[in-house]
Amino acid sequence: MDDPFVVAGQRLGSRLLVGTGKFAAHTVMRDAVLASGTELVTVALRRVDLDRAGDGDILDFVPAGVRLLPNTSGAVDAGEAVRLARLGRAGTGTSWVKLEVTPDPRTLAPDPIETLRAAELLVADGFTVLPYCSADPVLCRRLEEAGCATVMPLGAWIGSNRGLRTRDAIEVIVAQAGVPVVVDAGLGVPSDAAEAMEVGADAVLVNTAIAVARDPIAMARAFALATEAGRLGYLAGRGTVADATTAEASSPLTDFLGGLGGPTGQPAGGGPAAAGSAGRPAPGTGTDA
Amino acid sequence: MAAPRGRFARHLDTLDVPGLSARAYTDADVTAALGREHRDLADLAALLAPAATARLEELAQAARATTLRRFGRAVRLFAPVYLSNACLSSCTYCGFAKDLPIARRTLTVDEVAAEAGLLTGRGFRHLLLVAGEHRVEVSQDYLVSVVERLRPHVPSLSIETQTWSDDTYARLVAAGLEGVVHYQETYDRDRYAATHTAGWKRDFDRRLNSTELAGAAGVRRLGVGALLGLAEDWRADVLSVAAHAAFLVKSFWRTEVTVALPRIRPSASGYQPLVPVSDAEYVQALAALRLFEPEAGIVLSTREPAALRDGLVRIAVTQMSAGASTEPGGYSAPGTATEQFAISDERSAVEVAAMLEAAGYEPVWKDAFPLVDLSR
Repeated sequence: MDDPFVVAGQRLGSRLLVGTGKFAAHTVMRDAVLASGTELVTVALRRVDLDRAGDGDILDFVPAGVRLLPNTSGAVDAGEAVRLARLGRAGTGTSWVKLEVTPDPRTLAPDPIETLRAAELLVADGFTVLPYCSADPVLCRRLEEAGCATVMPLGAWIGSNRGLRTRDAIEVIVAQAGVPVVVDAGLGVPSDAAEAMEVGADAVLVNTAIAVARDPIAMARAFALATEAGRLGYLAGRGTVADATTAEASSPLTDFLGGLGGPTGQPAGGGPAAAGSAGRPAPGTGTDA
Repeated sequence: MAAPRGRFARHLDTLDVPGLSARAYTDADVTAALGREHRDLADLAALLAPAATARLEELAQAARATTLRRFGRAVRLFAPVYLSNACLSSCTYCGFAKDLPIARRTLTVDEVAAEAGLLTGRGFRHLLLVAGEHRVEVSQDYLVSVVERLRPHVPSLSIETQTWSDDTYARLVAAGLEGVVHYQETYDRDRYAATHTAGWKRDFDRRLNSTELAGAAGVRRLGVGALLGLAEDWRADVLSVAAHAAFLVKSFWRTEVTVALPRIRPSASGYQPLVPVSDAEYVQALAALRLFEPEAGIVLSTREPAALRDGLVRIAVTQMSAGASTEPGGYSAPGTATEQFAISDERSAVEVAAMLEAAGYEPVWKDAFPLVDLSR
């Protein structure tokens, strides 16, 4: 099945994005990235040391052929994020940026106001912006309107490994979005990634869960499989969940219409597939925005 | 004229730290404290108590899991740069105390830049600028000049100096300063008065209030701590440090708060600790602190011996100095001035980094970016 994941016109062969922090060693990070099959890795610009390029800097360990997504983690406001993004573009040569504005060093919760401001400034400056954001449907719409290439709502607090705590909001965001939705942060085990994909996320980004696993390389592979499984499950279109009442045979409720004579007014079809918004495939269509 | 009690001092008065510390905790209290997801000061007191000493391995395992989740397998490295050992304060435990007949030296800004150049050559991108308390030789203007001089080359600069007024913190932040470290040394007012006998630092409340002034001025990282061995009840000091950190976290939500619990080392002062804090108690204190403050950076200097440092990075510590000298100019020309204290872990930065790698941790040399726009 051809099911490309396309961000800003670029086809990516994997729907798993991987972060590069918190690993025991750059070599472990590299091996985990390779095992994950990801084609997009994010690197904190504050960790990049261009003075050490070729001499053990973290960028030296990003495998060839994997696209780099520098991030602005540590930025506390829009001004700082924009300055950091520009430094990153000058230093790394890519105009893609994962926008992170996290003024609270404890939760690392994204500042919605400053994130939107920074996104507007960065898009105007020619960046391809992938913003880490709160799982807020309205904010995601605003970020999309600002010209962001994706939205990246959080599943739970960064590093918490607590899973898809924002599921209800993610479902709304997925239903509304005209750009890819990447669930970022908080996914703790592979089944969390599968869950995010099953509810229709276009991709997931995982870092801590892989980096602090006992075997990061095996965990990277596990997340890759779970992401793929979740995507396939979404595309396959789940059956209706039976509950206690529908499981019982019940008498038809609209039989009486036949006895009234004239048109019934009954629509022809109208299953869940028709609910997909413009630019977003409904489950089972096998294409992407 | 002594400074009035500040916000935290008044808050601390309400906590009854000595009472919390003196309570007789049972094994059941320790179990309860370990089992909680969010721990309060009474839980911390239980984890610090003798009752928890027998459960040290359990504490360490829980602390390790917490540290790993929040910080991953990464330890930030930094180096101190001693700017000056000139001092107008008399602290009975300190090798820089005013009346000690030691070789004094204050580096020029050029000399500081040379020291920093050596350290960046060794890989350091986080430097802590340390000085004695001499407001003439180490003035506000001098510190601002040093920060402005170093900032193009050093992404993260912090100071550990005398305390300042809010306008000075604001100037330093504007110059590119990232962090301010002011250890209260002890939160026991009587012991504080007995060990800080003269000078600017003698004013307990002025010192205690300074971290709040720095936080209000927009300093991004605030460091607090106590010098274990100054007060008889070291557990009370750990509780106070924890309460201080929690207070700052609440007051300045944008600010990262770090904590440290240095133990007294031999110095020209000849000071002997009032009470010894054993290595096991020290590990207990840091593990308990981690469980109380899962998000706080915990800093460990070269005061502690290599084997203990190697063990503590696996449990609670997230930032450590390495290859340190505690004398002004000690990296360029060792032996030209007297050191503040004798370090214990004498390994080079490369050796410490190799230890971290062997232990399964990444040595993080750079975890910061310039805070001022250098292109302007």
